[in-house]
Order: sequence, then structure tokens, then C-alpha cells
Amino acid sequence: MRDETQAQTPVATAKMSARGVEVHYAAKRALHGIDLDIGAGEVTALIGPSGCGKTTFLRCLNRMNDTIASARVSGSIRLDGEELYGPEGLDPVLLRMRVGMVFQKPNPFPKSIYDNVAFGPRIHGLFQSKDELDHVVHMALERAGLWHEVKDRLDQQGTGLSGGQQQRLCIARAIAVQPEVILMDEPCSALDPIATAKVEELIDELRDNFTIVIVTHSMQQAARVSQRTAFFHLGDLVEVGPTERIFTAPEHRLTQGYITGRFG
Amino acid sequence: MTIGEHHIVKSYDEELRKLDDALARMGGLAEAQLSAAIEALTNRDIDLAQRVMNDDGKVDACEDFINEQTVRVLALRAPVADDLRSVICALKVAGDLERVADHAANCAKRSLVISQMQPVAPMRSLARMGKLVSELLKEVLDAYLGRDAERALAVRNRDQEVDDLYSSLFREILTYMMEDPRTITVCSHLMFVAKNIERVGDHATNIAEMTYFLVTGRSLKEQRPKRDTTPFEGGTE
Repeated sequence: MRDETQAQTPVATAKMSARGVEVHYAAKRALHGIDLDIGAGEVTALIGPSGCGKTTFLRCLNRMNDTIASARVSGSIRLDGEELYGPEGLDPVLLRMRVGMVFQKPNPFPKSIYDNVAFGPRIHGLFQSKDELDHVVHMALERAGLWHEVKDRLDQQGTGLSGGQQQRLCIARAIAVQPEVILMDEPCSALDPIATAKVEELIDELRDNFTIVIVTHSMQQAARVSQRTAFFHLGDLVEVGPTERIFTAPEHRLTQGYITGRFG
Repeated sequence: MTIGEHHIVKSYDEELRKLDDALARMGGLAEAQLSAAIEALTNRDIDLAQRVMNDDGKVDACEDFINEQTVRVLALRAPVADDLRSVICALKVAGDLERVADHAANCAKRSLVISQMQPVAPMRSLARMGKLVSELLKEVLDAYLGRDAERALAVRNRDQEVDDLYSSLFREILTYMMEDPRTITVCSHLMFVAKNIERVGDHATNIAEMTYFLVTGRSLKEQRPKRDTTPFEGGTE
């Protein structure tokens, strides 16, 4: 059993790669130099106790921390080799079209189901005609597994759906702009087990077309949906590896303590 | 935050401890059954043999408990990492121990017949083999309960000694029968007893491999060289 922070096990093809990523909130250092590759077409789960930096890291991946005045990000994060930060960094608006996000609490806009999904394509001007937009909305809802539940009431408010449906609507909204990567921040923590299972099934299907990074507090969820698991603790990346190995024979003492519930 | 020895949920520790306790108990019983069976054979002790046969049920009861407890922990706790390995290993080791006790009971049963016949010389070699296997079984159970992978590997390597003893005992019994056909009945029984004891050695090896997996999280890949040559004994070549 190891005690020191461990080296990477390489991914086949890295969609995103972080090197030496540090985040400070004012004087407090929240991330201590993270090196992590996000494999293309894989689900990567970030786990760890509250305050370990996993959500902070997730938010670095599409520059969401830019919206927090006291947050400073340093180090390098690349998306297909293109740098996110610094003077040559990608435009945040375009970046967030390529790297979408789904949040913990379903947050549909107070608009119709149709307008929720059409929102992204509209602001990015991703269609030529009304027919084309209809098609984009239909496909996004279909892929999110929601089409059959809402196809007869697209003009109704998105906020009127059940929690699980709202979350899948948010996923449909995220995928309507054809992102390459989808970030999910505890997407099921407000859902019941059946709605959770539907979202997990959806994550599994979306893996064919998207790269997914998910932060979850449920270890079992990480085990069920991800191919790679990264364990964060006190701002460090402690261990990352194939999910199956992490949950049967973790190499690091801290990982084992956390996933077996001996942390305290 | 620190990593402790214990789970945050104390009852989880309790459930895992119950499994280990039951295995320790079962291991002790299986060990005692094997030693008693060998003693019954060498001392021609019919009462002791009878007791070994009667006590086989106790070992089975232990296995039932471990099976139930394993299913319970899997269903209610969804163990992972070393906890998962300890639950899976408990289930498999209990299976091995149950077979060990069966072999012991079979030895005891045959000793009833053997004790009614003229003593034969190969019994001495058989007793030696029995002693060695008992030792290995005890050693491997200590390694398992002490989570000692190195010690388990040492036991696994020593199974060769059992195979060698078995092969030579097999030849000895064959020779004995050829020299005096009146001993064929008793020697046939001895042959089965020897096979039973040799099988116990194999179960000890399984437990050693489980111990290695339990401690390290890795399976032992490389095959242990097998030197049981008896399947070829008496061939024309």
C-alpha cells in the first residue's frame, strides 16, 4: 500500500489534459498542482470528501472559475492540444460550447421545454431554418431519453417537469450545441433512485459521442458509470486509474480508506 | 481528516469481524478433524474415528454461517477494495475448508476398515504425509488470519513436498501389494486415504493463493509446477 501521491496511468487518447493546475481562492490554495488526463470517449469520475477540490477542478475545465472574482487559476489545461488559459487561451464562450456543463440541482430556464433546448443553438446561431432547429431540439431530447415523455407538450414550462425529467432536460440543453465534453457536477444528488438510474443509463449512452467528466459523492455511482476514477484529497490528486482497479485493489492507503468508509 | 483502522460505521466492522471469527473457528475445526483422522488411522482408534465422522456436521454448519454472512455483507454493505476482497476470500476459503473436513471424515471412515486388518508398513509414510499436510494447513490458516502474503507463498511452495511424498507413497503401496496380494484390500483403502490427504494439501494451496489475493489485490498468475507423477505410474514406458 502506497503513501505518496501517485503517478498517472496513461489514457489511450487524452481529450483534455491538465498539468500543474493550481487554484487559489484569495489566499487559500484549493488545488495543489493537478496533473490529470481526461480520456476521449470515456467517463472519468472525480471522487473525494467535501472540500477536496474535485468540483474546483471540474470548473477549471470550462473556465467556470472565471466567474468567481477571488479565484486564480494557474498551470495548463488543454482541449485537443489547445490551451484554455493565458493570453493564447480559448474564448470562454466558445470553450463552453465545446465543454458543456450539467449542475447538481436541475436548473431549467423558466421557459418552455422547447426553448430550453433551443437556447444554446439560438445564441450560437447553429441552424439555418426553423425545421433545422426543430430537428436539433428533437435529437437532443431523443438522446437525453426525454423525447417520448415530452413530445406532446414542448410548449409547456420546463420547470413543470419532475426533478429527474428536469435533469435530463438540462442534459438535452447541454448536448443541443454538440459539445465535445460534458462536465457533470453531482447530477443525481437531487434525484430518486429511478431517476438516477435513468441518468446513469443516459451517461452510458452519451459516452459513444461525448467525453464525460462527473463529480459524484456516491462511490457506487462512480463505480457504475465511469471507466476511470480519480481520487482527490485536500487539493491533491491522490490516485487515478481504471475504475475497476480503484474499487477492487486501490494502490493508495488514502483511496482505500475513503472508498471503504474508514475516513474520519 | 485521517485514515483509521476502523470503519466510520461501527456495525460494518462488527459484520466483517464476524466473518473472520467464523473462519478462524472453522479453520480450527477442520485442522482438528484432519489431525484426529490421522491419529485414528495410526493408533487404530475406532472411537476417535467415529467422533471425526460425527463432527463433520459442525464444519458444515460453519460453512453455512459464512455463506449467509457473506451474502448479507454483500447485499447490505456493498463492500469495495480490501473489504470486498476479504468477503470474497472468506466465501472461497470456507469452501476449501469444508472440503478439507470432508476428506478428513473420509479418512476416518476408511480407518474403521483399515483398523480391522493386519497393519502394513506404508502406514508409516502415510502418517508422515498426514503430519506434513496438517502442518501446512495450520500454517496457511495462520497466514490467512494474520494477512501475511509472504508466509502464504511459502506454504504454496511447500505443496511440492506433499506431491513428492504422495508419489513415493503411491509407488510404495503398489510394490507392497505386488509382493503380498493378501494386502490388496487394506492397501487400496490406504491409497484412497493418501489421495484424500494429498487433496487437503491442494486446498491449503488454494487458501495460500486466496491469502495472496486478499493482501495484495493481485491474483497469482504463474502456475505452480505440479510434480504428482502418479497418473503415469505403472505405464508401459
